[in-house]
Amino acid sequence: MKLLNITLNGNRVEIEKPVTLMELLELKGIEVEKIIVEYNYDILMRDDWKITALKENDNIEVLRFVGGG
Amino acid sequence: MQDKLTIGGIELGSRLLLGTGKFPSNAIIPQVIKSSGAKVITVALRRIDFDSEDENILKHIPKDCILMPNTSGARNADEAVRIARIARAAGCGNWIKIEVISDNKYLLPDNFETIRATEILAKEGFTVLPYMSPDLMTARRLKDAGASAVMPLGAPIGTNKGLRTRELVKILIDEIDLPIIVDAGLGRPSEAAEAMELGAAAVLVNTAIATSDDPISMGEAFGLAVLAGRKAFLSGAGAVKDFAEASSPLTGFLGT
Repeated sequence: MKLLNITLNGNRVEIEKPVTLMELLELKGIEVEKIIVEYNYDILMRDDWKITALKENDNIEVLRFVGGG
Repeated sequence: MQDKLTIGGIELGSRLLLGTGKFPSNAIIPQVIKSSGAKVITVALRRIDFDSEDENILKHIPKDCILMPNTSGARNADEAVRIARIARAAGCGNWIKIEVISDNKYLLPDNFETIRATEILAKEGFTVLPYMSPDLMTARRLKDAGASAVMPLGAPIGTNKGLRTRELVKILIDEIDLPIIVDAGLGRPSEAAEAMELGAAAVLVNTAIATSDDPISMGEAFGLAVLAGRKAFLSGAGAVKDFAEASSPLTGFLGT
């Protein structure tokens, strides 16, 4: 099985391909209603998560709002 | 008397801005917002921790509040700009508190990078409220860069030390034609009142309320103090004198 190397929240991770961004989030057990995704330094709109196939060296940031002053 | 603070074209119902960090439970935040009367609420943006259950802070903030995400975690202007753009894309509106910090011991803001970020974001249509070290020249440049208010610190973040920068904040109040909002360091309602008496347009409080024994009650206390301080400022305080001046006439004493 060929592995795909991506950066997820600053960490290098290997994933089995093919996988879409949405599949990756589900794989990670994330409640997708509450998050923001930055894909290769651009905000990726929710509708695009399902149709974005991850590729080698993608940089993904999965973010949320927390308490802050 | 109409005495409303308007920032970014929005009339605010309260001069107390509230931060949402460090509360013992996020579930009490709606009650603190209610008791304090705060309408502008700050939040922060962070990476998801895949190994722990994450809670969405936004569900605890009433819809009629103005969300003001901060750019905490940014170490330079470019990172602050990136965070601001993400927050706006996430549907948090146009308000952004710029916070650029590269000093981990005192968490003092980098004024130079803050000016840079303000310039970029104001041009992109954000309502920009920069957190800064109280410095007149920086405040002037922030105004020129398009800031909607200037937010000098009272003391380092989270220290509850009060208005240690009083003299410098007073200069900003006197010289800068923008709302001056004292942000960070205020630890007691009396200190919030002090800032308001001095002529601050508003104060932003988080740690002092969140880490008190009863945040709901302390939120109310800060709300009242801000109202009292503002009213005192508008009333014009009497002069301070070196020698006593009796409150009653010094004639007609019984014994003479």
